[in-house]
Amino acid sequence: MIEPVVLFFLMGIVAGALRSELRLPGAVYEFVIILLLLAIGLKGGVELARQELTVVLPQMLAVVAMGAFLSLAAFPVLRGLGRLSRADAASVAAHYGSVSVGTYAVAVSYYTNRGIPFEEHMPLLLALLEIPAIVVGIVLARGFSLGIRVKSVAREVLLSKGIVLLLGGLLIGWIAGEDGIRSITPLFFDLFKGVLALFLLEMGLITAAQLGSLRKHGVFLILFGIAMPLFSALVGTALGLWLGLSVGGTAMLGTLAASASYIAVPAAMRISVPEANPTLSLAASLGVTFPFNVIVGIPIYHGLAANAHLLWGGA
Amino acid sequence: MKRHNRKLLTVVTEAAVESILIKEMESLGALGYTITSARGKGRRGARHAEWMPNSNIRVEIVCDAFTAEAIIKHLHEHYYAHYAMIVLCADVEELRPDSD
Repeated sequence: MIEPVVLFFLMGIVAGALRSELRLPGAVYEFVIILLLLAIGLKGGVELARQELTVVLPQMLAVVAMGAFLSLAAFPVLRGLGRLSRADAASVAAHYGSVSVGTYAVAVSYYTNRGIPFEEHMPLLLALLEIPAIVVGIVLARGFSLGIRVKSVAREVLLSKGIVLLLGGLLIGWIAGEDGIRSITPLFFDLFKGVLALFLLEMGLITAAQLGSLRKHGVFLILFGIAMPLFSALVGTALGLWLGLSVGGTAMLGTLAASASYIAVPAAMRISVPEANPTLSLAASLGVTFPFNVIVGIPIYHGLAANAHLLWGGA
Repeated sequence: MKRHNRKLLTVVTEAAVESILIKEMESLGALGYTITSARGKGRRGARHAEWMPNSNIRVEIVCDAFTAEAIIKHLHEHYYAHYAMIVLCADVEELRPDSD
C-alpha cells in the first residue's frame, strides 16, 4: 500500500509537470518546514534523555564517518564514469553524503503506520550527518587550501535553519521530557502527517521543475541518482547492524544514508564552491533521488534491514 | 529639503550569498541597504522565491559614486563568473531634511 503522504507528492509532480498555477505560498512553505524540523527534533530529544551517552556516542562517531565515506566513495565515480569537472563532482558527492530531512519524515510516517519501532533519537544522527559531507565536498573541490570564506561557510552551515531547528528541538525535548512536551503535542505531533502532506505537495512541484534540467544532463545523472542511494543504503544497513540497532533503526540508518541533501548542502556549496553548477546536483538529488527514495526506496531499505537482521542480526 | 546626487545600485542575485555579500558591501563603504525577495528569469533560468537554493534577492544601495564604483568592481571580479547576478547603476537624487 502506498503511503497517503506520497500521493500528495505525486500530485505535486503531476501538477508541476502540467504547469499548473498551484504553488504553496513562500511563507506557508517556510512554516511547514519549521514545524517538521521542530517536531522531528522534539521527538528525538525526548528519547535522547532516556539514552546512555555510552550508547549514543559511538553511534554519533560512526555516523559522521559514514557521511564522509559516502562522499569520498561517490567522488571517483562522478569524476570517472560521469566525467564531471572536479568542482561539480565534489559538489554532487557532498549532496549524496549528506541527508534529507524530508526523506526522513516520510520514513517516520512509513514506520509509524506499520507499527515498526525504531531508535527515536535518530534525529540527533540526522543533524550530525548534515555536516561531514559538506567538509569533504569542500576539501575535494579545493584541497586543503581553506583560505576561502571558511568562516562564512561554517557560520552558514552551523547556524542554518535546518541545524538550529533540529538541534533546538532536540534540546527542548531533552530538557522538557515526555510530560513536558505533552501540552504542545497537538501542534507538533497530531498534525505531523498533515503538515508532511503539504510539504510533499510543494516538494512535488519543486521536483517537477527539476525534470527539465534532468533531460539536459542526461542518462548518467539518472543512473547515479538511483544507484548511489542503493549503495549508500547497503552501507547504512551494514553500519546499523554493526551498531546493534533494531530492524527499524537499521532501516532508518539505511534511509538516512540513501537520502541526498537539497537544502543545507546546496547553500553551503554555492558559497564555498561557486564554480560548481548547482543545477547538476539538484537535478540528481531532487529530480531523481528524492522521488526514488520516497516512492520505492523506503520499502526497499526496510526489506534490506529485515533480511540483514534475519541473516546476521542478533536482535 | 536638500537634494544630493547619489548612485542607486540594484543587485539581483542568489539568496545563498546574501550574508556574505552584505558584509562585503559594508566593508566597501555602503552605509545602508534594502533587501527584498525576488523572482524572475534570466540567463541562468527561472528562479522562484520560495525555495532557498533557488531563491533570489534584490539588494538596493544608495551611495556616492566612488563607493558605487568600488562595489561594481568587486562584484564583477568575485561574482559575475559563477553566480546568477545582474547589477544596475543609476543616477538618483536623495532627499534629506535641511538639518542634515
